[in-house]
Amino acid sequence: MSNIKKRLSAERRFKFYGQVGVFLSLLFVSLLIIKIFSTGSGAFFRTTIETDIFFDPELMNVDQNSSDKEISRASFEKLADGVIDFNFKNLSEDEFIKIREMYTRRFDYQLRDYFLKNKEVINNTVTLEISASSDLDQIVKGNYPRNVPESQRKINDYQLTILDELTSKEKIGSTFNLWFFTNGDSRDPETAGILGAIMGSLYALMICLVFAFPIGLFASVYLEEFTKPGKMTDLIEVNINNLAAVPSIVFGLLGLGMLIGVFNMPFQVPLVGGLTLGFMTLPTIIIACRSSLRAVPPSIRHGALALGATKVQTTFHHVVPLALPGTLTGTIIGMAQALGETAPLLMVGMVAFVMEIPGGPLDPATGLPSQIYLWSESAERGFIEKTSAGIMLLLLFLIVMNLAAILIRRKVEVKW
Amino acid sequence: MVNIISTKNVNVHYGDKQAINNISLDFMKNKVTALIGPSGCGKSTFLRCLNRMNDVIEICKVEGQIYMNDTDIYSNEIEVEHLREKIGMVFQKPNPFPKSIFDNVAYGPRIHGFTDKKNEMDEIVVTALKKAGLFEEVKDRLDDLGTSLSGGQQQRLCIARAIAVKPEVILMDEPCSALDPIATSIIEELITELKESYTIIIVTHSMQQAARVSDKTAFFHLGNLIEEGDTTKIFTKPDNQKTNDYITGRFG
Repeated sequence: MSNIKKRLSAERRFKFYGQVGVFLSLLFVSLLIIKIFSTGSGAFFRTTIETDIFFDPELMNVDQNSSDKEISRASFEKLADGVIDFNFKNLSEDEFIKIREMYTRRFDYQLRDYFLKNKEVINNTVTLEISASSDLDQIVKGNYPRNVPESQRKINDYQLTILDELTSKEKIGSTFNLWFFTNGDSRDPETAGILGAIMGSLYALMICLVFAFPIGLFASVYLEEFTKPGKMTDLIEVNINNLAAVPSIVFGLLGLGMLIGVFNMPFQVPLVGGLTLGFMTLPTIIIACRSSLRAVPPSIRHGALALGATKVQTTFHHVVPLALPGTLTGTIIGMAQALGETAPLLMVGMVAFVMEIPGGPLDPATGLPSQIYLWSESAERGFIEKTSAGIMLLLLFLIVMNLAAILIRRKVEVKW
Repeated sequence: MVNIISTKNVNVHYGDKQAINNISLDFMKNKVTALIGPSGCGKSTFLRCLNRMNDVIEICKVEGQIYMNDTDIYSNEIEVEHLREKIGMVFQKPNPFPKSIFDNVAYGPRIHGFTDKKNEMDEIVVTALKKAGLFEEVKDRLDDLGTSLSGGQQQRLCIARAIAVKPEVILMDEPCSALDPIATSIIEELITELKESYTIIIVTHSMQQAARVSDKTAFFHLGNLIEEGDTTKIFTKPDNQKTNDYITGRFG
């Protein structure tokens, strides 16, 4: 009778430990999310300067009759300089340079893009929201301190005065940073976008899926349904389990050594990255497939065999469809793992400064995680929020993939 | 009477363990033969020899001759798929495919290529379901999952599935052991009807069931065939003392 109290208090203690554990893990997850969101949310907005622009035909090499192609190739550098003179009168050369630095380096591109769509503005004045440089953007967002000596600031005193002047005239604005979603990488944080990395990862994952899923499925069907258990299958099984635990950088080396070294495939392309990720995902897929095949009751196989179905018919008409939900879930989780892998991409060169958005799996590209890695290495303050925003996107993709795994499982699952 | 299946000196080993000792037994056409005996006596193993379902078990080795219509079913010229088309099987636990009722029955005819036409397939399915006494109960929901039926209905669906490939012999491995008494009696009636067109070999634990449905009975014990003969004789005046002990409930 006396030990009932002990037993009950042991139970209470255990419950308490469990609650503490759950609480701590939730705390860490929310800290991570709060940190990433508070740092990264700035990347979705861009500071702009309201600027009057006089499309002076004398400063432009094109007019309203020029073709789109000519306009795309023309330089708007002079017009951009002219705009600064137009807005800020009587500047010394030094002041001019300082003000020019407050605007994005892609000033001229913004003017060109606007002119392409509105050719009639020639000889007219319009007011546009021109993107500010990243340093100005950071100081407006409060990420740079203002009250430090000028030598420690990226924005000098003169620029600060101009900024305050513009602010008091309500010319400093903020706009949704669409560039982040539509541009490739850039040396300038304000114009750097993640689309190139997203496409790179997308192509790599597509290659990975097309390569690893059929091989994984057929390998596991063969191992599970057609081989006789014995030393050989045991050996293969042990090796597959070991491969699933091999660090991803080793698969990166395999990709580098075999695909690039032996088969002379190009460096830096999603095709090679995807195949390398495929090598890495293959064991995961095989393990998931085999366990879901094993979960199909033998009575189903016997029922089909007893009707005179061949082994292949039994397998593909009955066993594989029943194992499919588990197989697909395993595959998607493997793909999600592959999406987040950086090391294999590193080894096959998919970690590089790529401005163009890849148009196919054979174009040079970088992946989402390697883009995040690249940005985190950059010195400019503006890339810090890009890094966090990149992580947010990566997490979003992971959540979407895991959700898809659950939904597909629900959809394909056969009810008994 | 004609023997449809005859076996001679059949021995079965599971690895080192011998499960069947030198059994020779013949099965007559359009009769119901019951295999009875205590658990582990080898009656199910012997039944599975007849449609070579033991091939599925890696460690199982079958020796001896088994002839169906004077053809050795273990010879290399026999395709096991073809054999199983001729000898259907119903298992202990109902195992319908998790597909529609229609597809469950149509699966066999489909893989054996009986017909490509939709209306002929409908005909085959309806006939099989009618023969299995299930059609009236499911005619409005042929698209429902076979697994959504009750246990007894599932077992009749499995019988319909076996009938649909037009077998000559149907093997039943304790078909009623997972069913309640009402479902059991429906299946027993069905067996009596089916023997008009098929030869039925049934393994059963229930001696009453053997007495009710079978024409012939074979008593197995520890892998040996102890006695076989007309059911009435086995259950009234068996020659062997062991048989007598078993049917009177002294062991088993």
